[in-house]
Amino acid sequence: MTALGKTTRPSLPRAPGAPVYLDYQATTPCDPRVVEVMLPWFTEKFGNPHSRNHRYGWEAEEAVEKAREQIADIIGADAKEVIFTSGATESNNLALKGVAHFYKDKKNHIVTVVTEHKCVLDTCRYLEQEGFSVTYLPVKTDGLVDLGELEAAITDKTAIVSVMAVNNEIGVIQPLAEIGAICRKKGAFFHTDCAQAVGKIPLDVNAMNIDLMSISAHKLYGPKGVGALYVRRRPRVRLVPLITGGGQERGMRSGTLPTPLCVGFGEACVIAKAEMGAENERLMGLRNRLLGGLKQRLPEIYVNGDLDHRIPGNLNISFAFVEGEGLMMGVKELAVSSGSACTSASLEPSYVLRALGVDVEMAHTSLRLGLGRFTTDEDIEFAIDHITQAVEHLRAMSPLWDMHLEGVDIKSIEWAEH
Amino acid sequence: MSRAVYLDYNSGAPVRPEVAAAMVESLAEPGNPSSVHVYGRAARARVETARRQLAGLVGADPAGIVFTSGGTEANALALRGCGRSRLLVSSIEHPSILDSAVEAERVPVTRDGVVDLGALDCLLAANTRPALVSLMLANNETGIVQPVAEAARIIHAHGAWLHCDAAQAAGRIRVSLNELGADILTVSAHKMGGPAGAGALILAESGRTLAPILLGGGQERRRRAGTENVAGIVGLGVAAQLAGDDLAAADTTCGVRALRDRLERDALRLVPDAAVIGAGAPRLPNTSCLVLPGVEGRTQVMALDLAGVAVSAGSACSSGKVAPSHVLAAMGLEERVKGSAIRVSLGWSSRMEDVDAFLTAWADLARHKGLKVSEAA
Repeated sequence: MTALGKTTRPSLPRAPGAPVYLDYQATTPCDPRVVEVMLPWFTEKFGNPHSRNHRYGWEAEEAVEKAREQIADIIGADAKEVIFTSGATESNNLALKGVAHFYKDKKNHIVTVVTEHKCVLDTCRYLEQEGFSVTYLPVKTDGLVDLGELEAAITDKTAIVSVMAVNNEIGVIQPLAEIGAICRKKGAFFHTDCAQAVGKIPLDVNAMNIDLMSISAHKLYGPKGVGALYVRRRPRVRLVPLITGGGQERGMRSGTLPTPLCVGFGEACVIAKAEMGAENERLMGLRNRLLGGLKQRLPEIYVNGDLDHRIPGNLNISFAFVEGEGLMMGVKELAVSSGSACTSASLEPSYVLRALGVDVEMAHTSLRLGLGRFTTDEDIEFAIDHITQAVEHLRAMSPLWDMHLEGVDIKSIEWAEH
Repeated sequence: MSRAVYLDYNSGAPVRPEVAAAMVESLAEPGNPSSVHVYGRAARARVETARRQLAGLVGADPAGIVFTSGGTEANALALRGCGRSRLLVSSIEHPSILDSAVEAERVPVTRDGVVDLGALDCLLAANTRPALVSLMLANNETGIVQPVAEAARIIHAHGAWLHCDAAQAAGRIRVSLNELGADILTVSAHKMGGPAGAGALILAESGRTLAPILLGGGQERRRRAGTENVAGIVGLGVAAQLAGDDLAAADTTCGVRALRDRLERDALRLVPDAAVIGAGAPRLPNTSCLVLPGVEGRTQVMALDLAGVAVSAGSACSSGKVAPSHVLAAMGLEERVKGSAIRVSLGWSSRMEDVDAFLTAWADLARHKGLKVSEAA
């Protein structure tokens, strides 16, 4: 039974004084409708789906298989092609290492893009150490991959091409169908990390010639700790598993399946598919308002990445003439992430923004504003006011801003050490 | 059908209500522990609380805990990430160990189902390459508890490391990293009243590096990438806390042990030809491996299911396959015995009525199969 019958969008209670959550690319809260369908599988129907001996096992297996179909449905796949994993990081590791290792006798080359998620890049670097060769394609200033360069990079030694669907920092959508057609023509498998894409844009593994696809539940209002890898059966893609022992998931991924997480993941897909059209429209309205509001009140702000080929729930803006850390401190009443090194767990500044050609200072003063299912009109109005005030305040203290107002081209200044 | 009777805790246990409550609260929260804002920090705090709770259960340094998606991943990480060139595993390990290390040398077990320490010593002496020995604390099919502390002394005397798979033991018997002498320990949440999809690898030396299986993020001190399963980890922490409290109070364990002992006593009294595998060995207090001579385990399990009683024959992992138990085979048991064994496993919500329902159904089956059944109740 799905909770779709309910027409009102659920809301998320926010503690008084808690910041407005605008970080939907980092993670999304589990939709209350999803939590509801998960609950019985924790406490009442707790069988191990691999138990073949009794009804507890059978009903759990049935639930897991239904979830598998729901996930397959949102990407136009067959349920048999969906492998459950612990999340998109595992899916990406499994897709790349699994294919590379299986076909290593015939092929030794991988093509990916510099703006991929860390787990794709780290896995590629690991495979390089093992002796595989990897081409890291650049992106254009809009964040999109150049199809000509992509095609030229693929050789008869290329086992797999990995290009993400939607970038986690700038939200741009890569031309999947075109990439898929090129890969199919050139005889390389096409893997796409769709962690940020499923439920946000229409996806069809057949129309887009996708051979492997990584999916994360917690980016689409499902639970953390579960994800999936789509693995095409015709023509068949084969993998060396990462985790063995038990033989679950057709031998490609062992371990007891977490029934409640699988069920929640499936329900999240059903809701996302049903609501995607209307939700995208709503989010587009909110985003236009947010960007319009900020642009109207603040000069010298720049959107990073293409605005047209982009999911509606993402904005990434650099604010010139402010200082990164100060900006993050100034927008404390918003939960957002930034391209500034000092404010993320990693030490490097945003390599994604750098890859677009954004200079270090502008990367530091960028904010990623992630909008989602529980974002309201009030949240957006609040964000516009709050960001505007913070930026105006910082600029009022900035000598660079004064110089800019006086017409000095800051970039032309050669700073002397003293 | 009357109240369904679930006696298959070793394959998966219902989540304890306190665990479910904590998880539901966590699920609704939007934070990613890697985010620096309030929501991220709240999620991070929950993960770290769980880390301390789990550390408390086994006497570990919280910094030595690496959360994983479960026992299978933890076992794979231990064997493949430890960086030891030589692997030895007991022949009764869980498939997640045996399949992660197909090239590993097998350490035999005695007829009592206990690892052969003399053989272990000889094997280790035969070769000086840096070795890791993987020995489970309690077997999933028989519940037999292995002499891990003794094995650890032998293993360390040879300069080798010990990995101990405590998936079935943690939360059911006292598990102390120190007393066991294990260098690396595996635990699983869903065997102790926590959720499926969460587990941990625990390192005695908390700074030890592991070659990760999952790359691409600094999570878990670079030992396991991927956004943390916050709710699952919260559930694991609460389950560990509750299990630890119960063990300290010796309440539930006494209760479960009493139920299991009553089940075995009455089973043997009702069917004099029946047997309990490992009855004389130290065992988990919740597990019973029962033999009904001449009646296939699979037949027993199906008959019991029809009577509304869920038990299992062997482990629940090999999807679909009805393979003979490698554990009972490794013990050298005759075909007649090992083919007729079932596993009955109890847990925190088991009651005397469950035991009674099992005994009634099982004795009925024995009678139906022409075995002598004592009618005295």
